[in-house]
Amino acid sequence: MQRTHAELRRFITNNFLYGRDCGFRDDESFLEMGIIDSTGLLELINFLEKRYRIRVEDADLIPENLDSIDQLCRFVERKVENHCPTMASSILETQAI
Amino acid sequence: MCAIAGICNSVDAPVSVPLLKEMIGMLRHRGPDEWGIHTGNGIGLGNARLSIIDLNRGHQPLCNEDGSVWITFNGEIFNYLELRKELISRGHIFSTHTDTEVILHLYEEKGEDCFRDLNGQWGLAIWDQRERKLLLSRDRMGVRPVFYTQVGKSLIFGSEIKALFTHPEVGRELDLAGLDQIFTFWCTLPPRTIFKNIFELPPGHTLVFARGNIEVHPYWHLRFSQPAEILADGVYIEQLAALVTDAVRMRLRSDVPVGAYLSGGLDSTIITALINQFSGKKLRSFSVAFTSEDHDERAFQHEAVQFLHTAHEQIECGYDDILVAFPDVIWHTEQPVIRTAPTPLYLLSQQVHDAGYKVVLTGEGADEILGGYDIYKEAKIRRFLAAQPNSPRRAQLLHRLYPYQSNLQKTPDAYLRRFFRATAADLNDPFFSHMPRWELTARLKTFFSDDVKSELAGLDAISELFGQLPVEYFSWDGFSQAQYLETKYLLPGYILSSQGDRVALAHAVEARHPFLDYRVVEFASALPSRIKMRALKEKYILKRALGHLLPATILQRPKQPYRSPDGRSFFTGIGEDYTSQILAPERITADGIFDSWAVSKLIEKFRAGDAVGVKDDMALIGILSTQLVLDQFISNFQRGGSLCNEHMQNCAVS
Repeated sequence: MQRTHAELRRFITNNFLYGRDCGFRDDESFLEMGIIDSTGLLELINFLEKRYRIRVEDADLIPENLDSIDQLCRFVERKVENHCPTMASSILETQAI
Repeated sequence: MCAIAGICNSVDAPVSVPLLKEMIGMLRHRGPDEWGIHTGNGIGLGNARLSIIDLNRGHQPLCNEDGSVWITFNGEIFNYLELRKELISRGHIFSTHTDTEVILHLYEEKGEDCFRDLNGQWGLAIWDQRERKLLLSRDRMGVRPVFYTQVGKSLIFGSEIKALFTHPEVGRELDLAGLDQIFTFWCTLPPRTIFKNIFELPPGHTLVFARGNIEVHPYWHLRFSQPAEILADGVYIEQLAALVTDAVRMRLRSDVPVGAYLSGGLDSTIITALINQFSGKKLRSFSVAFTSEDHDERAFQHEAVQFLHTAHEQIECGYDDILVAFPDVIWHTEQPVIRTAPTPLYLLSQQVHDAGYKVVLTGEGADEILGGYDIYKEAKIRRFLAAQPNSPRRAQLLHRLYPYQSNLQKTPDAYLRRFFRATAADLNDPFFSHMPRWELTARLKTFFSDDVKSELAGLDAISELFGQLPVEYFSWDGFSQAQYLETKYLLPGYILSSQGDRVALAHAVEARHPFLDYRVVEFASALPSRIKMRALKEKYILKRALGHLLPATILQRPKQPYRSPDGRSFFTGIGEDYTSQILAPERITADGIFDSWAVSKLIEKFRAGDAVGVKDDMALIGILSTQLVLDQFISNFQRGGSLCNEHMQNCAVS
């Protein structure tokens, strides 16, 4: 959980804030911060699908799932567990390394 | 078409001829046919000429009969024949058949008010020896440029900034507030430029320099008004057709052949079709095709060429072509840009020049004045959505926007609603239409270095623009407000300059824009908004007025704005020499404008192929072009254009 948090934060920082972590909170909205636009959303989805081997369905694409570090983290965990409950912890562990 | 440059001292100190020659030499790409210089007590005027009208006698600078009034002129006055006739009837005697001389006599007749009578595109200087007064004037829409600065008690001016920088006493320093404006609006707000103490004469303005004082005032205003009495659509449609047709007719006045830019879009195809109505000869047309399918419009160009039977030439522009030409393009734009779009047009003008053409007509301006841009449509949908923010049906309209942006088309409705959301309070924002674009662009400022950020703290580009708005603006409907912002700022500040005058005249090509005939502009700005965009049909009136001249495929095609490949052009794997030098972390740190760490992360993203979005593209182009401006105009500015060569004739100093 901690690692996923850190990893997602690193992705957001590097990709959308060009390496400058402006100290945003984990529950702060990406939309409100203005860091995710239509392209950013697609980048984020690509990252989640590749990194965590999950499939993000059209119905998942709502701000309630993807709009802060906390929400992302919960979303990824839920998806990984649904996808392959027995492997869940190991996927998250491996991916975090 | 030409270039002008000059120096006016407030005292009778002589002006250095070698310096004037050097200044005008820097601009000879604009006027390679001949040059001339006039110096008198405290005045020096220079001109580099591209001969288009009265080829053998139109040498410049030109004076009146007794030598008391001198002019150096860059541009065309399309109604010069009518004005000339009138002036002759009032007893004026002409020694040439040029439009330049018409201005001179009109000035004698009417003084400063003479500019109101001109229908054309110009940047000019008039020296009135009797009153020891220098006048600078610029056309209403800002087709042709005029820049100026003051050194001590002297005024120094020119068609391009590089001529001013040739003067040894003119300082070369970046204006951070100007940079901030480009990273918000894509252009500076005149008179500000990207350089400190270098000013742009705003479109539709006159500058008077006398006894060491500068006064700048407008002679024309862009105003929108809803007509008191609404006429039947058919009346407006007929009037527009007649006006645009006449604007084309006047713009064919030339002693050299006139060609056309034919992009395959609605506007340029209409102009080309109208030229055909006036000319018996086979018309030469020119266009850019792209190797990148996303940007390419050659199929539509082919349709238009087949339909209109023009003799067409096309250049094909690839990623590498943009990479290679970009530094030269920035030498001509003289300001940072956040799109590569000027580059293909720079390559196109080379082709036109090589084909032996000096003059082309284009469709520029129709989108601004007749409501063609997606930004107008976006504002309309956002207003509609704001009334019922949760309506799924209304949100679906958002897919009608930007059909060419595949990322946006893939975005789910829930997100689209958020991206384009507008609240009741937003609806009262005078910048409602433009805030999304400006906010997106302003995000690029995260790349500014800490020093630049702290220098800019407290400065607000949007407030500065707010301060320039005319009182009437607040009484106009939202559509007109959006049109005003596009036409008053982005059009002259970017479209007509970086994508227009500067890249066309880099290769001595004069572009003429019938849709920007002031009669067409004034007519369009007094039309009811609903006839410009009916529901979500853009340029409705134009299609009704002149659509019958076009093939159905072009009339019905979805609107695609002109764009060119951006960031990817600089990471094709070949010839990245200058980019890696100019974007190297130590260079970025030394120049001090951008945060080198953030820039290196952006470059990593491009190298990894992960940069796919418009924001990354705009950031890269904005940073690269700013670094090129710093390099070419500040750190390594090369003085001294060589003026005379074997091709230049009639070189004269008087």
